[in-house]
Amino acid sequence: MSGFCVGLQFENSCEIGVFSKLTNAYCLVAIGGSENFYSIFESELADVIPVVKTSIGGTRIIGRLCAGNKNGLLLPHTTTDQELQHLRNSLPDQVVVQRVDERLSALGNCIACNDHVALTHTDLDRETEELIADVLGVEVFRQTIAGNILVGSYCAFSNRGGLVHPHTSIEDLDELSTLLQVPLVAGTVNRGSEVIAAGMTVNDWTAFCGSDTTATELSVIESVFKLREAQPSAIVDEMRKSLIDSYV
Amino acid sequence: MVHQTIGSVLCCKCGIQMAPNAANMCVKCLRSEVDITEGLQKHVIIVHCPECDTYLQPPRTWIKAQLESKELLTFCVNKLKKNLKEVRLTHAEFIWTEPHSKRIKVKLRIQKEVLNGAVLEQAYTVEYVVQDQMCESCSRVQANPDQWVAAVQLRQHVPHRRTFFYLEQLILRHDAAVRAIRIKQMDQGVDFFFANRSHAVKFVEFLGKVAPVRSRHDKQLVSHDSKSNNYNYKYTFSVEICPICREDLICLPPKVAVTLGNLGPLVICTKVSNNIALMDPFTLRHCFLDADQYWRSSFKSLLSCKQLVEYIILDVEAVSSEVIVGGSRYVLADAQVARLSDFGKNDTLFSVRTHLGHILSPGDYALGYDLYSANNNDVELDKYKGLVLSDVILIKKSYEEKRQKKRGKPRTWKLKSLGMEVDDTAKGRADEEKMYSEYEQFLRDLEENPDMRFNISLYRNKEYQPSEMVSETDGEDAPAVPLEELLADLDLSDMDEGDGMKE
Repeated sequence: MSGFCVGLQFENSCEIGVFSKLTNAYCLVAIGGSENFYSIFESELADVIPVVKTSIGGTRIIGRLCAGNKNGLLLPHTTTDQELQHLRNSLPDQVVVQRVDERLSALGNCIACNDHVALTHTDLDRETEELIADVLGVEVFRQTIAGNILVGSYCAFSNRGGLVHPHTSIEDLDELSTLLQVPLVAGTVNRGSEVIAAGMTVNDWTAFCGSDTTATELSVIESVFKLREAQPSAIVDEMRKSLIDSYV
Repeated sequence: MVHQTIGSVLCCKCGIQMAPNAANMCVKCLRSEVDITEGLQKHVIIVHCPECDTYLQPPRTWIKAQLESKELLTFCVNKLKKNLKEVRLTHAEFIWTEPHSKRIKVKLRIQKEVLNGAVLEQAYTVEYVVQDQMCESCSRVQANPDQWVAAVQLRQHVPHRRTFFYLEQLILRHDAAVRAIRIKQMDQGVDFFFANRSHAVKFVEFLGKVAPVRSRHDKQLVSHDSKSNNYNYKYTFSVEICPICREDLICLPPKVAVTLGNLGPLVICTKVSNNIALMDPFTLRHCFLDADQYWRSSFKSLLSCKQLVEYIILDVEAVSSEVIVGGSRYVLADAQVARLSDFGKNDTLFSVRTHLGHILSPGDYALGYDLYSANNNDVELDKYKGLVLSDVILIKKSYEEKRQKKRGKPRTWKLKSLGMEVDDTAKGRADEEKMYSEYEQFLRDLEENPDMRFNISLYRNKEYQPSEMVSETDGEDAPAVPLEELLADLDLSDMDEGDGMKE
């Protein structure tokens, strides 16, 4: 059931990457005024991965505050104990939920990651970097994208491909591609918006985009993330096998 | 720094490849999205006066501009100024329209910021509807074409018009009468008519700076609006120039002679500007009288240029060394002279003291006043009891003989003239011949006196051809104007004369 959902709006805003976080193992959704937002995610993902409604530090901009992949989830220091506990309970056990004491608390803006590599803000603390490598099980690189230090906002990548800020030069694209080991493309989302990660959210088999996204942008996203051929069950089955293994 | 090549992205609307920009849309898509000319004025009405081809700038100024000229473009763009506050104007030009269509089209190119920082440039056309309406001054002229508001009546009570020829050239040089709507030549003077009192006042002040004058002014009520208490007047200025001219012989009244330091009662006037320069020819003393001083004790001249008699110099003997008096050189000398009418016929000789020792030599001709045979009827002269008058007072050297050789040949230079209305009655025609010879005399004066030429513009005469007979003249030439002083005259043609004095 691969796909692609467009026309999403969170309370009339097209920036759905702000209010949700999608990974290969789970999905976090903000608590919104109406249930529409949540129900779309649910309809798409419910039988594959858990979809969890939450807030972080009392706010709804959860997509930008936390960073995670299938191995773990990092939360800012503003997260309350109840939220932390709620998340620990709702998420699968192999996902390590960790609160990070970091001056730059918008982790979603500072860290962009998939299951193998992470790009971080250049001013991130040494301890945080080690924590990321530890909890998320990734290789960490400090980078900028088109001159912007908020790497988490201006690019979105999965294990299959990635989309970056449209003003990225060709040399930068090549360099990042080599680091991440995935094909990258410069493009826009939500009718020319350069803040990629805020306008869409993606994992290995699905992507969700805001309602302003044009057909051209959709085709670009579809091609770079290879969403046509993706089969979720295959990926999750692999994970399940390992789960069953560990149980026994 | 590694060289950065900008990659290309797809336009988010139409999908064509383009370089990324702030809006991430190709220009066509952006233009179809956003119309930056929305809300800008596209139709404007402007008012035009067909008589004087001017356009109204409210509330009251009229700007002269030709169709499709720079001034008209500036005017049109200024009309839209309020409108164009948020956008930036990069280019404006006219689109040709038929002149009698009463429409003017201007194409403007503007730039405005749209979306997130992308600047879009777009061109649009503004159409101006021209409405005809006569401006105030034209309607006033139409209603009564002879209407003047201020008049300056310039008079000098002397029998010749030399001063007016000279003044005419001064006025032309300084453009003092450009605002005059009519200039009329009258007996013993000239009348200038203006449409505005301040123009007349400015002209009178100009006259005060170049000649010793006294003036008075008056006004006459023409109409009166009782509701708004507006009064319309006609103003007249009566300006009188002092009757003392250059080369006049004057007998100073005793009081004046005393205030000037006992200057010998007979003096010659050497120069008239806004001061009168007087010189005693026997002592080479000089002094200045300004207009106020003169008019307090207005004295007349004893003998003037019409009474000059020609003399031939027989012998000259310098008495003093060269003296510089008021900018000119003089040498006091004793001379033996005889009247030209006497020369050869009888032996009447005069021994005189003269100030022209620096230029006279035996055999020269000179012009002077014949006091020996003059019948003086002057009140002031009578006041001096026991005054011995010299027989002859020489004034200037004469070049009459040399001029005879050059008779009929055109000069290398010419003068412009004001467009004056001349009196056409029978009396006027009789004076014309007299005027002509006086004008000729004036031109000769200009040739002889470089300091008179100082304030005047002389123009090169295109019709002059240097004659082949030049090589024949031997000895001294008659004085002529050197070529360097002449201005290259560009448009001394009929067109220019017609243009003369319009406001």
